[in-house]
Amino acid sequence: MKTAVIVFPASNCDRDAAVALEKITGHKAEMVWHRETTLPAGIDFVVIPGGFSYGDYLRSGAMAARSPIVKDIVTKANLGLPVAGFCNGFQILTEAGLLPGALMRNTGLKYVCRPQKLKISNNNTRYTSKYGNVSEVTFPIAHHDGNYFADDETLNKLEKGGRVVFRYDGNPNGSARDIAGICNEAGNVFGMMPHPERAIDPLHGGTDGINLFKSIIESI
Amino acid sequence: MKAIIHIGLKPGVLDPQGRTIARSLGDLGFSEVKQARQGKVIELDLAGEDITIAETRVKDMCEKLLANTVIESYRIEIED
Repeated sequence: MKTAVIVFPASNCDRDAAVALEKITGHKAEMVWHRETTLPAGIDFVVIPGGFSYGDYLRSGAMAARSPIVKDIVTKANLGLPVAGFCNGFQILTEAGLLPGALMRNTGLKYVCRPQKLKISNNNTRYTSKYGNVSEVTFPIAHHDGNYFADDETLNKLEKGGRVVFRYDGNPNGSARDIAGICNEAGNVFGMMPHPERAIDPLHGGTDGINLFKSIIESI
Repeated sequence: MKAIIHIGLKPGVLDPQGRTIARSLGDLGFSEVKQARQGKVIELDLAGEDITIAETRVKDMCEKLLANTVIESYRIEIED
């Protein structure tokens, strides 16, 4: 099992993601710099981590989505490679067109940083299968631009296809239909604003994130 | 040649920053302000002299990077 974490200038959850991946897979994740043009050979799962890539210049995730490594990730994700983006990673996946919609400024205009209760909307995805009958988890959130927006047609399509994977229990940012995390139609690409990689050790205050990583890793 | 690109949220997309600006202006006594929308302006200095080509190229830049057309619309002005 080979995993990779993409590192952009001003990523700040890359190490958290690497620690989570190593804990679940037993192998160190490859750290891949954004200027690389291809992923290392044999990568089975890619995490695009949180942070403030390129200082959030222009729009959160806009610059990172056009970086050389993301071009390769888009090509491979469209061929089925599992790719997850958390926080800034989710913003990057929407900017790159791998997931629909956009993340806008929180309606409260404040940076929100706290443990957040979430409802699992679909336990039957490659990212949630290990949760079994569990319907609620708590992951940390820490973002300023987490307000998920998409037009009604897109939202209806997401809901109908079971692609709304997590919803907020108590909407912290104004996201449409309380959406916290979605996947693409094929189910291999997943993005969410909360941080499952910061909920994998009892010292984090909870370990609800472990099953998300176990779900996707075991599905490969 | 210069291109001036105005980028703003599409009508119907909630603009919490604009709403807060309008409220603050109201607090300052500018009671005539009914709504505010916040956007951004990007100026580009361009090589070349053909305005039609420039317009086409700048539109391509907007679609590929400068605007996120899921939430934003844009308007381009080209100046000599």
